[in-house]
Amino acid sequence: MAKTAVQPINESRPGKVVSVTLTTILLAALALLLWWMQSAISDVYILKITRLCAINITLALAMNLINGFTGIFSLGHAGFMAVGAYTTALLTIPAKSKEMMFMIAPLIKPLDTLTLPFPVALAAGGLLSALFAYLIGMPCLRLRGDYLAIATLGFSEIIRVLIMNAQRLTNGAMGLRSIPANATMAWTYGVALITIAFMALLTSSSYGRALKAIREDEIAAESMGVSLFSHKMMSFMISAFFAGVGGGLLAAYNGTIGQDMFRVSMTYNILMIVVMGGMGSISGSVISAFVVTIGQEWLRFLDGPLTIGSIHTDGVVGLRMVVFAALLLIIIVFFRNGLFGTNEATWSGLWRSIGRMSGHKKRGEAA
Amino acid sequence: MSAIFQHLANALSVGSLYALMAIGYTMVYGVLRLINFAHGEIFMMAMYVVFFGLATFMMPWYISFIVAILITALLGVTAERLAYRPLRDAPRISILISAIAVSYFLQNLATVLFGGRPLTFPQVPLFTSMMNLGGVHISRLLILTPVIAAVLLVGLQYLLKRTKTGMAMRAVARDYDAARLMGIDLNRTIAMTFFIGSALAGVGAIMWGMKYPQIIPTVGAMPGIKCFIAAVLGGIGNVAGAVVGGLVLGMTEILIVAAVPALAGYRDAFAFVLLIIVLLVKPTGLLGEKTTEKV
Amino acid sequence: MLEVNNVTMQFGGLIAVNDLTMFVDYQEIVALIGPNGAGKTTAFNMITGVYRPTSGHIALNKENITGTRPDRIAQRGMARTFQNIRLFKALSVLDNVVIAQHLRLKSNWLTSTLRLPRYNAENRLMYERAEELLTYMGLWDVRGEVSSSLPYGAQRKLEIARALATQPVMLLLDEPAAGMNPAESQELTGLIQGVRDHFKLTILLIEHHMDVVMDISDRIYVLDYGNLIAVGTPAEIQANDAVIQAYLGVEENEA
Repeated sequence: MAKTAVQPINESRPGKVVSVTLTTILLAALALLLWWMQSAISDVYILKITRLCAINITLALAMNLINGFTGIFSLGHAGFMAVGAYTTALLTIPAKSKEMMFMIAPLIKPLDTLTLPFPVALAAGGLLSALFAYLIGMPCLRLRGDYLAIATLGFSEIIRVLIMNAQRLTNGAMGLRSIPANATMAWTYGVALITIAFMALLTSSSYGRALKAIREDEIAAESMGVSLFSHKMMSFMISAFFAGVGGGLLAAYNGTIGQDMFRVSMTYNILMIVVMGGMGSISGSVISAFVVTIGQEWLRFLDGPLTIGSIHTDGVVGLRMVVFAALLLIIIVFFRNGLFGTNEATWSGLWRSIGRMSGHKKRGEAA
Repeated sequence: MSAIFQHLANALSVGSLYALMAIGYTMVYGVLRLINFAHGEIFMMAMYVVFFGLATFMMPWYISFIVAILITALLGVTAERLAYRPLRDAPRISILISAIAVSYFLQNLATVLFGGRPLTFPQVPLFTSMMNLGGVHISRLLILTPVIAAVLLVGLQYLLKRTKTGMAMRAVARDYDAARLMGIDLNRTIAMTFFIGSALAGVGAIMWGMKYPQIIPTVGAMPGIKCFIAAVLGGIGNVAGAVVGGLVLGMTEILIVAAVPALAGYRDAFAFVLLIIVLLVKPTGLLGEKTTEKV
Repeated sequence: MLEVNNVTMQFGGLIAVNDLTMFVDYQEIVALIGPNGAGKTTAFNMITGVYRPTSGHIALNKENITGTRPDRIAQRGMARTFQNIRLFKALSVLDNVVIAQHLRLKSNWLTSTLRLPRYNAENRLMYERAEELLTYMGLWDVRGEVSSSLPYGAQRKLEIARALATQPVMLLLDEPAAGMNPAESQELTGLIQGVRDHFKLTILLIEHHMDVVMDISDRIYVLDYGNLIAVGTPAEIQANDAVIQAYLGVEENEA
């Protein structure tokens, strides 16, 4: 019979201390590594990809909360990211650049001269995004399954259409440039870490358990006194908050944004990370964010000149995305639970699998 | 007067295009309970095939149309075979994600095969030349599109109601297990559903291409989503509903923009607003049946 | 405790429950019986708020709960089990029982996520109560198992444990003995009575196993085609001609 991964009630005290210590050591090592990379690696490209991994962690976890933990198939992620990205950009771009950029019509007051510190702008983006989630959730969260998926996707597109048409707020089709490059190693990883901690604590709290109950069986959850609408709304808004923050980071990372970035395919990209890691697994999303982000870059060689046996090509642009999409399709069809399913990577789980592996070896040696 | 006539004819032809594609969604949803997110990409592929048939291989238009429709239909069947069938017993969310991945794959494949630069859909004078109708000059396409759609619909109704294959499809849509127990070949019936649905999307794509001639790898995405919305508006799973939904959506889009030209920039948002209103007022769509979950 | 007055449920043209009036007194065990399709589960679904009755009134503890949402009704002290077991399948036995206490949580989502002392205290209490309940039901040893991997009888027991975890005053059991063998249903009979006395509960149950029904019920309501055809003590029901005609006769043929 299957055992579930985490059981707080019988986790022994010393076990917990060991876990916490190991996690702290791991985090410290990671921080050191990043710090070392920044000074030792001169390749800007590698550093850039490293930061993108962190942003993708935040984005994937945001989506995992609603799609994986709550079991609501929402496809509105790109819209929330757009709200966060535009808010952060408008609040951090210097007044001079704004004046130059808004050529067709000037930016509305007081945004034209207002600039705020990056963290404040990020938080504002997240909050505004959560507000959008509240308004969108009012009608959408009453819908079920596929209808909800298509309605959230619809709202995401509506946000994009609004952005394209709100010339005096978003600069319309021309997008925004000169966004200060605040998405440093410290900010991207700092935010990712906060997101991981927040999600881990939320999903293991009583509220997180209620969300999982809704995922497992709505009718039973409701009969056990869990208010479906308010819990779904909570999950939806928190998810949108972090998607907005992630969008803000992405804006600062890219330096330029346009409505075209926030098409449905953006939602799909993040969805693929979540699915690969396992819907309902935080550690899965984190590992998958690294694998997918780095994997996409690593596959870049496919776009260049290739020699396979006697066949030689001069480089086919986009081939890596085809290969990547095919790999994803294979994963979905044959390993649909992703890396972790709904389980988490734990230290004790790691010991067990190491134990199993060495056990194998010993038996192998004996034979 | 002629302007009003022009707008109405335009609305009717856009509506029938939506209807053709919405049928594919509704039929697939009927048998698999799946939003086939890849339907829009199948539509896109049809446009490319016609382009290369006409512009590169210099085929006569009718040959290239038939080839495109066949290739599209086979593509739909292949997608079902490779990406949906293995997941038929999996949770519904898995197969939905698989559909999204197929759509993603086909878009990227099109980018590699055909490049990201826009191509122009070739004009076929028989369809696109202007004609004089009671003193009004309009494109033949505006008249031909609804006529072709109507003919196909009558054919489809005949197929569904009178042929063995059609009855098998309706049986599978109603009750999977019962249909299987009655000796219906599930795999064959579902494949057939994809074949017909995709072929209709192929026809829709050709008419669409003559009306909106730009071809890019993402050209199917927006029509795809809109036509799913049309299917939901009419009541998903219901073929007549898909037609009604397609027409309602086409009319709404064209007539609102005609009445208030300032809203032209928001045209793509109408479908979603309409969808949300319908879902809130009558969640099962205009012609849908009410279902209660058994507790 | 529970009062149902002239309640009718209509699905389109079909009248599933017609003008049902019944009551359950404090700490009473009342059974609702009748042939398949008599409208018993529909009555349950109206009482627990899953369906809104077409007409009529339902009151729990003298408070009107007609058409109230299921979660609100649960908060007022009504808990239920389901005919076709609806556990949180992929979650552990322990989690199933802990989750059912969420409705009594006072901390909000933020203080819970931040693990403020009050939440920690509340959370610890939830686990202690879960331990108590699972021990009482004899499920403590399998607390770590995924709930859907339990044998059928244990799943039914877990559903009762989960319902009890919501701290109800009234418990509705929808065919608790379904699929059980005679020995198991015998044990269940004792368990239900024990639960009633231990937790000071009022119980309404739907059941097909006549031995269970006759054993534990204080009173019995009999439904047939949505209509109430008899009320009385087990002895009265067993002697009632209309019931024998409509129900027991059918039952004997089946058996």
